[in-house]
Amino acid sequence: MDEVLIASVLASTLRVSAPLLLCAMAGVLSERAGVIDLGLEGKMLFAAFAAAAAASVTHSTGYGLLAAVAVGCVASLLHGFACVTNRGDQVVSGVALNMIAAGLTVVLGIAWFQQGGQTPPFAPDVRLTAVAQGFAEPQPGSWFASVFGHGLLSHNVLVYVAFLMVAAVWFFLERTRPGLRLRAVGENPAMVEAAGMSVQSLRYQALLMNGVLCGLAGAYLTLAQNASFSPNMTAGRGFIALAAMIFGKWKPLPTMGACLLFGFLDAVAIRMQGVQLPGIGEVPVQLIQALPYILTVVLLAGFIGSAIAPKALGKPYVKER
Amino acid sequence: MSTPAVRLQAISKRFGAVQANREVSFDIAAGSVHGLVGENGAGKSTLMAILYGYYHADSGSIEVNGQQVHIANSQQAIGLGIGMVHQHFMLVETLTCLENIMLGAEGGFFLTASKAKVRAKLVTLMQETGLQVQLDAVVADLPVGELQRLEILKALYRGARILILDEPTAVLTPQETDQLFITLRRLKERGTTLILITHKLREVMSLCSAVTVMRAGQVVETRPIAEWSEEALAESMVGRKVTLGRPEGMEVNAGEVRLQASGLSLKHANGVPALKDVSLTLKAGEIVGVAGVSGNGQSELLEVLSGLRAPEGGRLQLGSASFTPGAWLDTSQARPLRLAHVPEDRHAVGLVMSFPAWESAVLGYQNLPKYRKGASMNHAAMQAATRQMQERFDVRPRDENLGSSKFSGGNQQKLILAREIGEQPTVLLVGQPTRGVDIGAIEFIHGQLRALRDAGCAVLLVSSELDEILALADRVVVMNCGRITGELAIEDCDEKRLGLLMAAQEERAAA
Amino acid sequence: MSQPTQLPRWIDIGVLPVWNLAIALLVAGLVVMVIGHSPWQALTVLLNGALGSVRGLGYSLYYATTFIFTGLAVAVAIHAGLFNIGGEGQATLGGVGVALVALWLGAKLPAVVMLPLLVIAAAAFGMLWAALPAYLQAWRGSHIVITTIMFNFLAAGLNGYLLVNWLRPAGSMSVESAEFAESARMPALHQIAAALGYELPSSPLNLSLVIALVACVFVGWFLWKSAAGYAVRAVGSAPRAAHYAGIRPRAQVLLAMAISGGLAGMVGINEISGVQGKLTLDFVAGAGFTGIAVSLMGRNHPVGIVLASLLFGVLYQGGVEVSFELQGFSREMVVTAQGLIVLFSGAMATVSAPLFAKVYAALKGGR
Repeated sequence: MDEVLIASVLASTLRVSAPLLLCAMAGVLSERAGVIDLGLEGKMLFAAFAAAAAASVTHSTGYGLLAAVAVGCVASLLHGFACVTNRGDQVVSGVALNMIAAGLTVVLGIAWFQQGGQTPPFAPDVRLTAVAQGFAEPQPGSWFASVFGHGLLSHNVLVYVAFLMVAAVWFFLERTRPGLRLRAVGENPAMVEAAGMSVQSLRYQALLMNGVLCGLAGAYLTLAQNASFSPNMTAGRGFIALAAMIFGKWKPLPTMGACLLFGFLDAVAIRMQGVQLPGIGEVPVQLIQALPYILTVVLLAGFIGSAIAPKALGKPYVKER
Repeated sequence: MSTPAVRLQAISKRFGAVQANREVSFDIAAGSVHGLVGENGAGKSTLMAILYGYYHADSGSIEVNGQQVHIANSQQAIGLGIGMVHQHFMLVETLTCLENIMLGAEGGFFLTASKAKVRAKLVTLMQETGLQVQLDAVVADLPVGELQRLEILKALYRGARILILDEPTAVLTPQETDQLFITLRRLKERGTTLILITHKLREVMSLCSAVTVMRAGQVVETRPIAEWSEEALAESMVGRKVTLGRPEGMEVNAGEVRLQASGLSLKHANGVPALKDVSLTLKAGEIVGVAGVSGNGQSELLEVLSGLRAPEGGRLQLGSASFTPGAWLDTSQARPLRLAHVPEDRHAVGLVMSFPAWESAVLGYQNLPKYRKGASMNHAAMQAATRQMQERFDVRPRDENLGSSKFSGGNQQKLILAREIGEQPTVLLVGQPTRGVDIGAIEFIHGQLRALRDAGCAVLLVSSELDEILALADRVVVMNCGRITGELAIEDCDEKRLGLLMAAQEERAAA
Repeated sequence: MSQPTQLPRWIDIGVLPVWNLAIALLVAGLVVMVIGHSPWQALTVLLNGALGSVRGLGYSLYYATTFIFTGLAVAVAIHAGLFNIGGEGQATLGGVGVALVALWLGAKLPAVVMLPLLVIAAAAFGMLWAALPAYLQAWRGSHIVITTIMFNFLAAGLNGYLLVNWLRPAGSMSVESAEFAESARMPALHQIAAALGYELPSSPLNLSLVIALVACVFVGWFLWKSAAGYAVRAVGSAPRAAHYAGIRPRAQVLLAMAISGGLAGMVGINEISGVQGKLTLDFVAGAGFTGIAVSLMGRNHPVGIVLASLLFGVLYQGGVEVSFELQGFSREMVVTAQGLIVLFSGAMATVSAPLFAKVYAALKGGR
């Protein structure tokens, strides 16, 4: 195995997984608190647009990030208003959010920038670039420089933030008081209410954190990966993140594993085009792209272990007494 | 006389048309074990819910440790030192015992530090009280007995000096029950006041220092344990002289055996037995009443006999068809075999609430040729049949197009009865036929059941209203703890014998 | 969910949906203002473009046809107590089925045989794509919302694979199949009119509209008249009562989803056989999701669905016109409006109910 190949696959995997991680962690927080979040796709899209629009207008990365996070939070809170306060159907609300995001990002994009839905590309210094210089390409001949350098160190700050977020979410859920309460509210909200805590405010807290993470995921797409927004650029990533979360059984570390797996599949898909595998022949790229979805269905069907969702997931909480 | 831990004075509470508590007054002495006894619907749970802050009383006052208090919510109750161990545990299954106890009173942002502190306190508490709980085990993995200890520990951790236990032994095995008794005695020695809601008279006699009996929302009497005996408790619970509603000179002409169930056994999801070796025979032309406090297996018995559920053991003979657990009766087979069922839950099971009356009126019979026109339903036939049913059974309003949910409880029940009787079943299973039904409808329904019996049908009547059983049944079978504890012919029934059978742990010969 | 006050039926069915729609359109109007246009001008251009000409009307009806199919699909599933978000994928498979049969047999069979075959193919393929998630839900407990979302992506992948590797004519650069024979094309309405001696401006409106209306009648019969529909509705509304009545819930779930998928699959008739004449990528273009909006607005009833489909057909066609005529206005405004409608008519449908109950009680008491 070639160190250049390994290095570039590793680098690709991490780059592709980063937005998935952020989105999946957002989903974990919301769903562990009992609120189904199908709107990950829409929120990420909206945040991406906000980041690109703000960054190109203000020429500031900071404002871009801020805008993305703000929009993510607003969208999550809207979902909360529909589902938690008004006990609306959580699935329908998520679907609605996705539609609104898909439409509104293009409507605003065309109205504000007149470039067919794209935002104007911004200056290179506004983009998020590699933290460590000099590792932009793998170096043939040097395993260290290739795999460690290009593979691990060549990324922008948001990639590292994404992995940090996994640790942060894990720590939050397992080692802090609000995290304990969040886990409880997704399993037995009646018990939480009886113990004197507010189910509504706990769920809103979770949704707020969800909004921040979705905002960062969207910001990644336009500030780090590309240099502008284009219509529907999320291309289903929100649903892959959802699949990763289910595949990871709603736990941060296995979800990270799933995201890395799906990222790896994506990185490998392009490289597999034209490659002949012994005995099978050429693996169609569509099959590799479909693998995350197939694996999730297989998991849900109970063929590779079972995925037990948080007990109160999807049930609007009504105070009994 | 020292200050009572709790003094209730003239507590009244009404829910809509139902007076759940009426002028309830009694004292609970500090450091005692006080039993609160009565049948379902007697008002015990409502009363304790008021004490724990879930409800507010309409009138009356509560004194805790001599101070008059107003308990607005359970937080305040906890603040007053009142704790409650619910019948259905309030636990988060995926968390550990330690985490469940801490929830809401964690004592700090970072769990690692707080857990250590809480653990230290709990270890002391567990030693003091003798309650052993595996703090780091996940709740979902633990047996029911340990979960109950967890609930008690949770209440004590919050500083409960007055502990309410709601039917604590309902889901325990005999061994776990013995363990619980030991625990409760230790708590009493420690000075905790215990309020025990139960209908298990043997436990009451064994643990309590005083007992209050409630019936129909009112206190019947409160006496120290020395003045009680199991028989006295049973009589007091069951009540006033029961009038047997059987017309004079009515002969019982039971005919051929229509249904024979033998050795039925079934377990709840958590492993506790729901039916233990239950055997029952139904003959043509008789009404067999199943008496007993609700929750002792009557519902499961109906489910098994009607085909809603298969038991784990036993046999069923229905006419010429026989069934065993591997190939049990299914609801789609029951009606063709002329077995009809009026379910206990008319809202969720007996009717489809969103259907108009004429669609609910054929529920279970939707495949009969007379209601079909090929692949379609025969709407005209269905509507005509509904009108007939409404006419025969005086269902009001006489509107077959009205939504099923819009009829009053009594009329819904009449509609269901009309439907189930309408196809002339040979066996009819009936559960709680007059629950929530007005007086006029009750009379009518009772008349219909008698007429059915006279026409030769075999009727199994499950009811938590003893009056109803005594008014209708030819034979009375008593269930307790999933077992049939005894069987009496109607003329041998009196409240004392029935009360004892309803409280019995083992099968007894009728005394 | 408990509702303390009961709303009379006419408010629940008539007023509340219109109110929710009005709020959604109001917010959409606000968005239009934010991007610097006059909502009134946009509305005028929209209505003109959709209804102001026979050609525009043709286009509106053509869009509505697809939405009727996907709306009916969602409705049938909802009556069984299920949320079928997989209409997108089921419609894609319907198109694939149409293409496969058309390319295989189109040249050999006359239209009179071909067209019914295509309808069957579209329905069968759509049915299959819905039956798999239904089986997983009923027998293995897999949440149907998630599986149908996954199946949407799998359908797109399958379509892409077939086009790129099998159906694309050799040497062609565009990702499309070969063109179908004439006999495999749903006759356009203007063609039929021409054959009868009338002149109609050309539009994509084709015979599928008639099939869609027949499907409405079928769904109405199935749900409320047929014995199978009785069982499906019982399971969807009161599963325990259904079990008590001897109805097997699993079988009903499978049946309802199969019919639902079959209906969604028929989008293939309209889009692939009627309009495109060949299989393409992403011909469904979100119609599966519009079906959700249509069904929610139409209260899951065929009549309501037809009305809601007409509304959305007008919105889509009008939206295209507005995007041509008004600078800076894109047709995605329609998608936004659609999302707002799903939000207000779906997730937040009962937000205003207490308000109406109070007003109604006040008006009644005041008399």
